[in-house]
Amino acid sequence: MDFPIFFVDHIGNRMLIAIIAILHVFVNHPLAVGAYPLVTVMEWLGWKNGSEEVDRLAYKVTMVLFIVTTTIGALTGVGIWFTTALIAPFGIGSLLRIFFWAWFIEWIVFISEVVLILVYFLTWKRWKEGIMKKVHIGVGVTLSVFSWATMAIIVGILGFMMHSGSWPLDQSLISAFFNPLYAPQLLFRTTYALMTAGLCVWFLLFFFTQKGSELRRKAVRFVSIWTLVWVPPFIVGAVWYWNVVPEAMRSNLDVAMLTQAFQNWHESFGYIMIAALAAIIITAIVGMSKPRLINGVLLLIPFVLGIWLLGHFERVREFVRKPYVVADYMYSNGIRLIDYPIYKRDGVLAHATFVAHNRVTEANMVEAGKDVFRIACSRCHTTTGINSMVDKFNNLYGPGGWDPTVMSTFIETMHNSRTYMPPFPGNQRELEALIAYLKDLEENREFLPGAQSRGIPQAAVGNNESSM
Amino acid sequence: MTNLMIYLTAGAFLPRDLELPLPLNGWELEIILVALFLLHILFVNLMVGGSLLTVLFEILGLTWPKYDDLARRIGATITVNKSLAVVLGVGPLLAINLLYTTYFYSANALTGYAWMGLIPLIILVFLLTYLHKYTWDRWTGPKKKRHIGVGVASAFLFLSIPLVFLSNINLMLFPDQWSEVAGFFSSLQIGNVFPRYFHFLMASLALTGLFLAGWFGRKRFPVEEHLPQFTRPELRRLFYRVAFYVTLAQVVFGPLLLLTLPSIGVTVTLVLVISAGVVVASIVMVLLWSELRSSDARIGRFYAPILVIFAVVVVFMGTGRHVYREASVEDHRQKMASRSDAFRAVSLAAHMRLDAGMSLGEGLAMGPTGKSVFKNCAACHAFDRVLAGPSIVEVQEIYAGDIEGIVTWAKNPGKKRDQFAPMPSFAHLGEEKLQLVAEYILEMGQEKPEEQTEATTES
Repeated sequence: MDFPIFFVDHIGNRMLIAIIAILHVFVNHPLAVGAYPLVTVMEWLGWKNGSEEVDRLAYKVTMVLFIVTTTIGALTGVGIWFTTALIAPFGIGSLLRIFFWAWFIEWIVFISEVVLILVYFLTWKRWKEGIMKKVHIGVGVTLSVFSWATMAIIVGILGFMMHSGSWPLDQSLISAFFNPLYAPQLLFRTTYALMTAGLCVWFLLFFFTQKGSELRRKAVRFVSIWTLVWVPPFIVGAVWYWNVVPEAMRSNLDVAMLTQAFQNWHESFGYIMIAALAAIIITAIVGMSKPRLINGVLLLIPFVLGIWLLGHFERVREFVRKPYVVADYMYSNGIRLIDYPIYKRDGVLAHATFVAHNRVTEANMVEAGKDVFRIACSRCHTTTGINSMVDKFNNLYGPGGWDPTVMSTFIETMHNSRTYMPPFPGNQRELEALIAYLKDLEENREFLPGAQSRGIPQAAVGNNESSM
Repeated sequence: MTNLMIYLTAGAFLPRDLELPLPLNGWELEIILVALFLLHILFVNLMVGGSLLTVLFEILGLTWPKYDDLARRIGATITVNKSLAVVLGVGPLLAINLLYTTYFYSANALTGYAWMGLIPLIILVFLLTYLHKYTWDRWTGPKKKRHIGVGVASAFLFLSIPLVFLSNINLMLFPDQWSEVAGFFSSLQIGNVFPRYFHFLMASLALTGLFLAGWFGRKRFPVEEHLPQFTRPELRRLFYRVAFYVTLAQVVFGPLLLLTLPSIGVTVTLVLVISAGVVVASIVMVLLWSELRSSDARIGRFYAPILVIFAVVVVFMGTGRHVYREASVEDHRQKMASRSDAFRAVSLAAHMRLDAGMSLGEGLAMGPTGKSVFKNCAACHAFDRVLAGPSIVEVQEIYAGDIEGIVTWAKNPGKKRDQFAPMPSFAHLGEEKLQLVAEYILEMGQEKPEEQTEATTES
């Protein structure tokens, strides 16, 4: 990548993206996609039965949804742009060029969603009487549709990114959007959101209703039924997804990608799903008949299992995408497939702008190795932190067993033994420099700063002229 | 042209651009960028200005209680404006990413911690804003100080967020100075971040004043109910005054901004566009002045024309901003394009020279041999010593004469021994290569001893 290289050495770049993305999904699915329909139904029930009490409760729940979705929800969504663009500017830059209109439409829907959230919450107390109450419930319905639509579009765009058939785009934008995973994934996400929304709102009931009150009993019964209603379609979505994933991966990728890691994923997805579903069904049934038996701590069990299931579900995207950032065009290290021959010949440093050394010499082996690491490895690996080089080589050869010759053979062929990794892009000298740096790292465990703290190395100024 | 000379001799970074073409024509994207940015910044202005005025009037409210009611009504407007500021920011973010990919991302990376810090910072300030809004009734009396404290904290955070954005927008224009940056704070010394920042703050206050004059002055706002101690003309006059005097201060901040702009992007076009904006702005000032001198019955009659003409000013200033940006990167962008083209050509040539049969990392195009395929195994299996997996000698003992056994295992390996990590599948290499390598493994060390040492030690 020919950008100043942002790099977080301790938790790693990928973890930074993961934290924000996971936070976003955990807020977005149950609260935005799932809970707005739930409170709309609650508002409608209150209005139909003329119950001011139920209406007030729905309003209080909505206030929490409003606060969380317009702060953490919206900002982590934008935050996914920030982090991915900072860590993989080559990837986001390229994807934006390919899928511009898809993103643009997604943005328009996102604006509509946020405007509807504002209208729905802020007019609740004003649009109370007669026809205006009906209009207000209508806003809730529209909001529910738009929240869902934002997700439905995003799932399609994620499909674009994973599916090699999606590019070049003139051939099959639509077929990539509706890729084999699309429908089961959307059903899984939608029903998951609706089901877990029931559990989330249940939590809030502990704060917004009196213990032992008739209102709490009725409300717990309502969210229990709500949760149970979504269980059957959720099972359909999950089983469908579970069956389609291997097929979809086979069509997207080499059979080789169906490695042990994937087999493990596939098995454990089944087990976690059974455990999560059992917990959710039991909780909801008890909630319907004996609501008082479920307290806040017990409620955590199905909730945590549900989150675990979703986290596990999301990992498939990683399996399918790697080693590319844009399928068959660009690897996750930011290097285009077509540029490999010239890098293999001249080295990556010779054509890099923001490095301290453009050529490996006897004197600069370790320092040049750091530059090679930054370009070739640092998008996914840290030096000594999470997913670190030190751990990887210790796992392979054991502490103290790092033989430079063997390491060299490993790096040269790792894309065949670890098919989720791109091939090493540099030339022979750079490979030696990288290994010199890794050996140095084995001894010294020195933190490697990124451009955000150390800036761009001084030696680099002007040296790109000579490399042209 | 002395600028250009300095620029060249300083040896600016000249990176390679992304290879894919833009999804739209450059000028189309430029229009989208300017239009969407102005829409976004309008709500940013109202959010920042609203937050400042809220806390200011709340403090005044300690002495004159009627301003506390007013502060509360101003604060209520932030809820919507801040959410629109965020969602409307995504569009211009996409557009700037496309038009200035290298410049924008480089600036983001160089200020990376501050840039990433924006996300938690904005979440925090939004939560504080809600806390401020929804505790107004409850945190009174002795708790009032705490309430004002929350207001001051969120106003302070609202003031720091634009500084991070501005530092990036500014830094991206000066690639020749990127080498001087080490972290966000040092980026503030480049270009003219602070004059731009103060100009922005004044604009935020002026725009918010103008907005509130209309918001509280509109017929449907129930003044008697919400702000019984004020009259509608009073409110109009108050916020017209804010807009007028703050805009008057731009007489200082405007020229300061223009004169401190690094000269690389300063062109005649820029000066003309900005001057036109200033001329139109003076019309707004005249109208504002006559509104301020109007009687209660007549104040507000120019509100619509003021808004329209002010919008024209904003378009001029936004265009000027864009003209400056284009001019300051133009030369660099051309050089970058020629470097990118040159690289693309040599890269393509290198790619063409490769024989079709050769795939990466597998040696020459003469077709696979057992030895060449074995390289994929050699990182873990040496002839007579243990690496990450058992030695070849041991493998030969287990699979004596059983080529198919090795092929089957390599296609679908498992984990047999605790001391080793599980072997990954090599099914993707294909039957032919696996056969070759299996034969090679079983023959190793028997006929050609020099070959096996070579195979396990070569790098």
